[in-house]
Amino acid sequence: MTEISAELSKKLTAAVEKMPAFPKSVQRILELSRDINCPPKELVSVIEKDPVMTMKLLRIINSAYYSFPKQITSVNQSIVYIGLNTIKNMALSFAVIGVLPQQNEAGYDMQRYLMHSLITASLARLLCQKFNKDGTDPGDCNLAGLLHDFGKVVFAQFLAEEFKQALRYSAENKVPLHIAERKIIGVDHSVVGAMLVEGWQFPKNLGETIRHHHDDEITPNTLQCCLFVADQLSKHKSLNNGNERDMQPLPPAIAERFGATWDEIIVKLGDLSNVMAEAQAFSQISKEIRT
Amino acid sequence: MKIKFWGVRGSIPSPGPSTQRYGGNTTCIEVRTDDNNLIILDGGTGIFPLAQQLLKELPLTVHIFNTHSHWDHIQGLPFFIPIFIPGNTIHLYGAFDPISGAGPERIMNIQMQYSYFPVREAEIQSRMHYFTVMPHETVTIGESTITPSLLSHPVVNLGYRIDCRGKSMFFTGDHEPHYNIYEPHDDGYKEYQMLIEEQSQAIIDAIKGVDVLIADSSYTIAEYPSKKGWGHGTFDSCIALAKETGVKILYCTHHEPTRSDDDLEKVFAEALSRHACKDLEIRLAREGDEIII
Repeated sequence: MTEISAELSKKLTAAVEKMPAFPKSVQRILELSRDINCPPKELVSVIEKDPVMTMKLLRIINSAYYSFPKQITSVNQSIVYIGLNTIKNMALSFAVIGVLPQQNEAGYDMQRYLMHSLITASLARLLCQKFNKDGTDPGDCNLAGLLHDFGKVVFAQFLAEEFKQALRYSAENKVPLHIAERKIIGVDHSVVGAMLVEGWQFPKNLGETIRHHHDDEITPNTLQCCLFVADQLSKHKSLNNGNERDMQPLPPAIAERFGATWDEIIVKLGDLSNVMAEAQAFSQISKEIRT
Repeated sequence: MKIKFWGVRGSIPSPGPSTQRYGGNTTCIEVRTDDNNLIILDGGTGIFPLAQQLLKELPLTVHIFNTHSHWDHIQGLPFFIPIFIPGNTIHLYGAFDPISGAGPERIMNIQMQYSYFPVREAEIQSRMHYFTVMPHETVTIGESTITPSLLSHPVVNLGYRIDCRGKSMFFTGDHEPHYNIYEPHDDGYKEYQMLIEEQSQAIIDAIKGVDVLIADSSYTIAEYPSKKGWGHGTFDSCIALAKETGVKILYCTHHEPTRSDDDLEKVFAEALSRHACKDLEIRLAREGDEIII
């Protein structure tokens, strides 16, 4: 565990506090989407209270793919046409990435960040479905994957100069970014990411999982393991056009549970072309919506 | 126009002695238009026996219209042998899915992943074409027109109307009549009711006056309350729709997989006894049955 000076802690807290609040609506959508019997009207009222979410849904529904006789202008109307389940799933998909800022001072590549988050989320969900023995919810693993690197967004926004230096240091000295962050900023993005999701009042175990996602010693809980493995696998050559980025060594506890090598775990997961395709489709849609 | 049922079961294939008369294969309907086009509605497991028949007619040009991407409407497609035979031309039409951001091509490449199916999509030997169709935009094939309409199901579901030389039919795919998600005393009730009525009217207009309506009648009215929101209709809702649209013949299909032939006939008879139907003939869809209109 990294020790943080009082001065650094103050600086980080200030940065975290400057981030926009995680919309309550999004948290509520995440909650409702886990309940198979969720009352439809409640979902509608949650979505309607979030104008950005409403705009995104209506934009997709009014896109060229559905030649409705007239413009769809309300969430209710979209449910009558497209169906509750589809709307629920669309809302869920838009929920988390909606919080991403469009530009940042550090010139950090948000599109690449989003791809990494989406791929990690899918892999964490797949790993949980395959290796979970204790009832951990694959949905939680998905969420942990989506949010695990949010600390980088905080850095890019509010500690832009230091983060830029860390990115440069990482590239020039060929060390992982979290090591460069520890050297330049004094702490890595996992700590500030955890502070952020705790501030957003997500369940405590999610914050803890994010806080430790670069730790060498992995605690044996499923959420933590799935996130760690997914984060590493997203750098595997099979998901990066054949170019492997630096993967951390495989900790023995993980090897015992998931497979002896990173390659072996990849093989066990089967065809991953779909993980890539879906992440690409999604990041494309979110890009179109921003513009 | 000739219509033949190759699969009438919903959800999952249900072979066995208790479903022998009506059949256990999932949704697949063959339509031959009078200008000699071969149209297949959905590729449930019923498309496999149909494929055996079609091998006598090579080379083929086939137009497959998919109502939606649930298993019982797509599972037979990788087993549709003509796709592997050079010289055949297969057109697969379907909806755009806003969640995956993809059209009907995804139905094939998801199913034909090596872990789940021995042949990969890339190994398809026929000329296979995918078309994303849009609600209300008519597809013209020779003298036949096929018009998709958005119906109500958990995933996007298109119903198809086929018209050719004055003969017509409509297949709903899976459809649950719209219902109000609000209670009568809620603020949103009236607005939602208006939207439902508007959309229901659009569906009625799309079906209006066809010779044959084939509709999803999975449940009885007694079963429905516990299945509300699952995206399926009842015998009674299908009969009501047939009456409103003034069709001549209604076929009830998508039979519940646990329902035996005897039970199916029993619940069907009970539904008929609740409705007086003067100009409407109502039948249970049965695997192997065909009708020429």
